[in-house]
Amino acid sequence: MMMIFGVPLAVFMGQLTLGLVNGAFYALLSLGLAVIFGLLKIVNFAHGAQYMLGAFATLLAFQYLGINYWLALLLVPLVVGAFGMLLERYLLRRISHLDHLYGLLLTFGLALIFEGTLVNFFGVSGARYATPEVFQGGLNLGFMFLPTYRAWVLVAALAMCLFTWFMIERTRLGAYLRAGTENSQLMQAFGVNVPLLITLTYGFGVGLAAFAGVLAAPLYPVSPTMGSSLLIVVFAVVVIGGMGSILGAIMTGLAMGIIEGLTKVYYPEAANTVIFLVMILVLMFRPAGLFGKEA
Amino acid sequence: MTFMKKTLTASIAVAAATSMAISTAHAEISDGEVRIGYLADMSGTYRDLAGPGGLAAMEMAIEDFGGSVNGAPIEVFSADDRNSADVGANTVREWIDRDNVDMVGGLVASSVSIAVTKVVEENNKLAIISGSAASSITNEHCTPNHIHYVYDTYPLANGTAKAVVDQGGDSWFMLTADYAFGHALEGDVTKVVEESGGEIVGGVRHPFPTSDFSSYILQAQGSGAKIVGLANAGADTVNAITTASQFGLTQSGQQLAGLLIFLNDVHALGLQATQNLLLTTGWYWDMDEEARAWADRYYEEVGARPTMVQAGIYSSTMHYLKSVEAAGTDDPEVVRAQMAAEPINDFFARNGQIREDGRMVHDMYLAQVKTPEESTNEWDLYKILSTIPADEAYRPLSESQCDLVQN
Repeated sequence: MMMIFGVPLAVFMGQLTLGLVNGAFYALLSLGLAVIFGLLKIVNFAHGAQYMLGAFATLLAFQYLGINYWLALLLVPLVVGAFGMLLERYLLRRISHLDHLYGLLLTFGLALIFEGTLVNFFGVSGARYATPEVFQGGLNLGFMFLPTYRAWVLVAALAMCLFTWFMIERTRLGAYLRAGTENSQLMQAFGVNVPLLITLTYGFGVGLAAFAGVLAAPLYPVSPTMGSSLLIVVFAVVVIGGMGSILGAIMTGLAMGIIEGLTKVYYPEAANTVIFLVMILVLMFRPAGLFGKEA
Repeated sequence: MTFMKKTLTASIAVAAATSMAISTAHAEISDGEVRIGYLADMSGTYRDLAGPGGLAAMEMAIEDFGGSVNGAPIEVFSADDRNSADVGANTVREWIDRDNVDMVGGLVASSVSIAVTKVVEENNKLAIISGSAASSITNEHCTPNHIHYVYDTYPLANGTAKAVVDQGGDSWFMLTADYAFGHALEGDVTKVVEESGGEIVGGVRHPFPTSDFSSYILQAQGSGAKIVGLANAGADTVNAITTASQFGLTQSGQQLAGLLIFLNDVHALGLQATQNLLLTTGWYWDMDEEARAWADRYYEEVGARPTMVQAGIYSSTMHYLKSVEAAGTDDPEVVRAQMAAEPINDFFARNGQIREDGRMVHDMYLAQVKTPEESTNEWDLYKILSTIPADEAYRPLSESQCDLVQN
């Protein structure tokens, strides 16, 4: 059997694949954060809670309304995104002229409220959401057994990342958006409704988090605290990639998933720490992040 | 020299007299109130196994006792330790310094409990640990100021691991939570497996808490072991079992052995994922008439069936209050001696006795999770296979490393 650094090739390949799946997930979540920060300069600490709301909405919609997975994949991001727009319109906008720290505190407070409220009603043990029928079972890749659903998560997350990148970097709407955040007064003079654009962007970022939440629902127990542990990691990914860089968030998300996956084989005790180690190194040698522009 | 000797004798006499005066002063309830602190994870991974339900159980015990001891009212303080040893120790220090709390109960994460027992020992107060698992709490970490009540890792290993090896599961891969509790459980399991003729072929220590277990499950699959032992708890165990079923671990011929599974975990996972799992428990709500009667009262109060920890919190609080009443004081030394003097037999504990190392030994049970067909309702989850008698379940005193035990 071929060995790679003392680990059988099959195990190594398996970990690489799983790392990629987790990485795609990180990419999707950090993408939402990067969009919100890059375009609106809001440090969205409620992102983890919004991801959790996505998963919860999926679960509750199924339990009470009988809405299936595919419909949830479409509806939940829209509903949670619309809820995000309300938050932007009635809360975040009021403090948009203040220092970023206020936005951070506000969103952090909102996250605590969402989590606390749901913990009160549902506890923390979480509930199970059944994997959709079509994704039962798995694929035999030769070196590992990959549950079909994880393969789907990889595909769906990457597709969504590409779509977002394309929308912002390659379309006219995206160009407006980038211009609007660069110089909003000038854009308004051209007749573009910048405040609306900002509300929509925040809603889109939140929708991305909710989309990730729907994808996560069959993978992990749906519990009110599922977002908070993930949020810190995702922030580290954004910092490594370069705050606000869309491409940076995607690439770094994938890379960190793989690095974390390999750490789980070679030194599992450090699996939760390795991303932060990378973050420190990046901050020391490239403070603007791997894909960020030096200020 | 004689003068010196005389002074010395005199001062010893004075000291003795003063201390006698103090101890008579102690022979009553300090500040005229019995103050109990409830410290537990109220919002994180371990919330549902103790948490607010445990506080409700403690309050039920106080209410049933009548709300006062020998005329002294009972007051309860509660706080969330957020599974942090620092937060836990500081809270208890504050309770003792500011509020003069006499006893601290609840106590879930082993790391928190060990930190709290140090504070309690320094300040000569009492702690009754109901939620923690590490057997080291009454072994190398024993103090004269704490009692470990519901269960620990020794009977978990002794019950479950032995039963699994006896059924032919003789090669093990350990999935261990990387902190005090996980290490203690892993150690106890390793010993039992090896003594029963099995072997540990590999293992991995995962950070606490972990949400994605796929990588570890893959390693377990690659190990070729017959049994994958889960030396973790709470959400970690739930996540590990879920992931294992997604990766077809059991279909490929391997079996899971959950070493610390609580009722709420099985409830959350559902019987489809957990059926036939063997586990060791200190109590089960449906195990007999008395247990059921209490569980029904608890259900009315909380809206869920109690875990063994929540039941143990009621039982230990009751036993503490009775002992304070019998001793006529809340002085920790006297109360602990009184608690140890009385055997415990109630809806929770059978053949219960507090040993000199602080371990409350009582009958434990080997249980199996029911299949969906066998279960008649949402909380009808276990069947009890056998009773592990109190004197066999726990680590014998002859193997103890506790300083309080004379070997």
